[in-house]
Amino acid sequence: MSAHLLLILPLIIPFVAAVAALLFARWPTVQKGINIASMGGILAASLGLLSRITEQGIQVTTIGDWPVPFGIVFVVDHLSVVMLIVSAIIGVAVAVYAVPDVDDARVRFGFYPFFNLLMIGINGAFLTGDLFNLYVWFEVMLISSFVLIVLGNTDEQLAGAVKYVVINLVSSLLFLSGVGLVYGMTGTLNMAELSLALSEVGQPGLVTVVAMLFLISFGIKAALFPLFFWLPASYHTPPASVSAFFAGLLTKVGVYALFRVFTLLFTQDVGYTHTLLLWGAGLTMVTGVLGAAVQNDFRRVLSFHIVSQIGYMIMGLALYTPLAILGGVFYIVHHIIVKANLFLVSGVAKRLRGSFRLKSLQGLYAYHPWLATLFIIPAFSLAGFPPLSGFWAKLILTIAGIETGAYWIVAVAVAVGLFTMFSMTKIWVKAFLPGGGGEMADAVSSMGLGTRVMYVPIAGLAALTIMISVFAGPVYDLAERSADELYNSSEYVEAVLNHEESAADAGPRPGVDGRPGRVHAR
Amino acid sequence: METLLALVTGAMVAISVYLLLQRDLVRKIIGVVILSNGIHLLIFAVGRMTRAASPLIPSGEKYPPEVVANPLSQALILTAIVIGFGLLAFSLVLIYRLHESYQSADADVLIEATLGDE
Amino acid sequence: MRFSVILRTAARLLVPLILLFSVFLLLRGHNETGGGFIGGLVAGISFALYAIAYGTAASRESLRARPQRLMAVGLGIAVLSGLLPLFGGGTLLEGIWVKWGGLKVGTPVLFDVGVYLLVIGLTLVIVYELEEHNPGLFPQSVAPE
Repeated sequence: MSAHLLLILPLIIPFVAAVAALLFARWPTVQKGINIASMGGILAASLGLLSRITEQGIQVTTIGDWPVPFGIVFVVDHLSVVMLIVSAIIGVAVAVYAVPDVDDARVRFGFYPFFNLLMIGINGAFLTGDLFNLYVWFEVMLISSFVLIVLGNTDEQLAGAVKYVVINLVSSLLFLSGVGLVYGMTGTLNMAELSLALSEVGQPGLVTVVAMLFLISFGIKAALFPLFFWLPASYHTPPASVSAFFAGLLTKVGVYALFRVFTLLFTQDVGYTHTLLLWGAGLTMVTGVLGAAVQNDFRRVLSFHIVSQIGYMIMGLALYTPLAILGGVFYIVHHIIVKANLFLVSGVAKRLRGSFRLKSLQGLYAYHPWLATLFIIPAFSLAGFPPLSGFWAKLILTIAGIETGAYWIVAVAVAVGLFTMFSMTKIWVKAFLPGGGGEMADAVSSMGLGTRVMYVPIAGLAALTIMISVFAGPVYDLAERSADELYNSSEYVEAVLNHEESAADAGPRPGVDGRPGRVHAR
Repeated sequence: METLLALVTGAMVAISVYLLLQRDLVRKIIGVVILSNGIHLLIFAVGRMTRAASPLIPSGEKYPPEVVANPLSQALILTAIVIGFGLLAFSLVLIYRLHESYQSADADVLIEATLGDE
Repeated sequence: MRFSVILRTAARLLVPLILLFSVFLLLRGHNETGGGFIGGLVAGISFALYAIAYGTAASRESLRARPQRLMAVGLGIAVLSGLLPLFGGGTLLEGIWVKWGGLKVGTPVLFDVGVYLLVIGLTLVIVYELEEHNPGLFPQSVAPE
């Protein structure tokens, strides 16, 4: 298979699936089949890409046969491929889970076309090597997530969605203005070319200002302190499948963008930008975990924990050593799988008991021991119990923190880990153990076929968590390769600029006619 | 000319920040619209203003023969306008539906309503 | 007076004209300003005008296909035109051109046709949905007594 086709498959498959799902708008069953096939196809394509780049290094392709600095390029390095694979895994899990979870009314209103559209946006963001194109994929992702979050039209969903919508609109506009300013300074939008051009801009102060625009914009999308308030206000409102997908992936696309931009583009003033990131990381961890402590709704507790966990990933980026970035990437992989799984568990609990409130869930363990077991695995992994995946992720970050001498962030990270354990224990005690007094759990709720189907992806993700825990080696190696490529961005830059279809003679660029601001060497 | 555009952009951003800080959701959305138009103007300005020809390449040539206006910033703005149009349409319908449900488009009412179930 | 004879008569004349103009715009986009997006919008307007004059039910009937179906087909054509060059070893969305006598036809035209259908579908989904959610929005759609 040609490298070109392989690179665009993660976009083409969901696109075709979205069209097919629209054509079969009135046959929900067909749409469900299409969706599972589509997600499976993306997973297969992503694994194919992984084997391709382990053999041949970073893969680059152009769109529409425009030579490199002009046209849009798609670039796949190890970080991209890791993100593609993990998101496809969540895609498959949620596709199976959605079969019983998403009702026919929602399917008729276009759940599956938009689910695939969301996947296109996410995959596009991971693939692209062009800054403006990244903005476009973010918008594709955003508009489909808007639709998914309000689909069903319950009052609660609408009220949650409006916060999500307004703040994300503002965030996108900040991103857009950042893109505009970067273009004005350098005359290019190709990220590899920008990586070289930005360090030659005559006004380093201006570059730092633009870096802050990107930090705020992606910080909103990633739910970084103090820009996280929209997340716990909206993620608990849609059906469990949607919130699991969002919780696992959407904020992590923001994190991915931060990793990409603050390793490839804005490394001129690491002392300033990455110190700010580190403070953001620490405060994100603490506020998230404290917010979770006062919540009494299954999904709200989990939502606040997304915020706190984002802090760990950004900590890896902010420390900016190969080991720390490795820890950050490992944390992203671990977190996406574990967090999506916890939301899926909460959906089953709701289905069995009709509520997300911890109080009305009590005693689940007695009646549904398997669900309890499947909850324990991701919950303890999230809290960082050895030898589960979260433990390794936190261990790497801790070692990286000690190596750089940033002891305070290590102390914060460890303390937040303890609080996470407290929160998970709280869910365990309140929801799964029989409550002391108060209303006793109702009679055993019957387990329909639908609920049994929902156990499949949960068990699959839990098994995957254990795999990552016990055989952490392969994931560690992948994260290490990603971190190396991120830390030494020259490999990425060379792969793009020396691409076979690169225009050797770039020629004069229209409009930006040799005025100061666009000068850069190739 | 660029200075003028920069000033206009600044004014528009200032207006939009004022509107975004209002409690009324409709005003917030108008703020978003003005912000997005301000940023389109910004992109237009950073593409450099010239009194040059349209960016058309005569057939048979590889590069335009003379200095031409920058087509890239125009393309970027066009894309951003189309995206912004879709998002605006969605937000307006969302607020309309919210108003149907809560009989109000005031952010405070919504916050009260969502806190009620805690 | 719930309906206007003038509007209805004018609509009968205008709708085909506007539709024709939209196709002109679509094809003109090949070399000059125009294209699938603007053509689709104009075509959508013609059906919207018909809906205002004769009601959404009549407009839906004259459209024959459900607008959602139109969107799907349009999106499908656009994807297909992007994928076609791949079979010849090209890259995604690369233009392939065929000379047909003095006429050059290529995948960008096909892409524009896809966009055209998609935009018609999209416009009409919005217009029909608006009217059917708020009956009486187009006063003409209420049958004359």
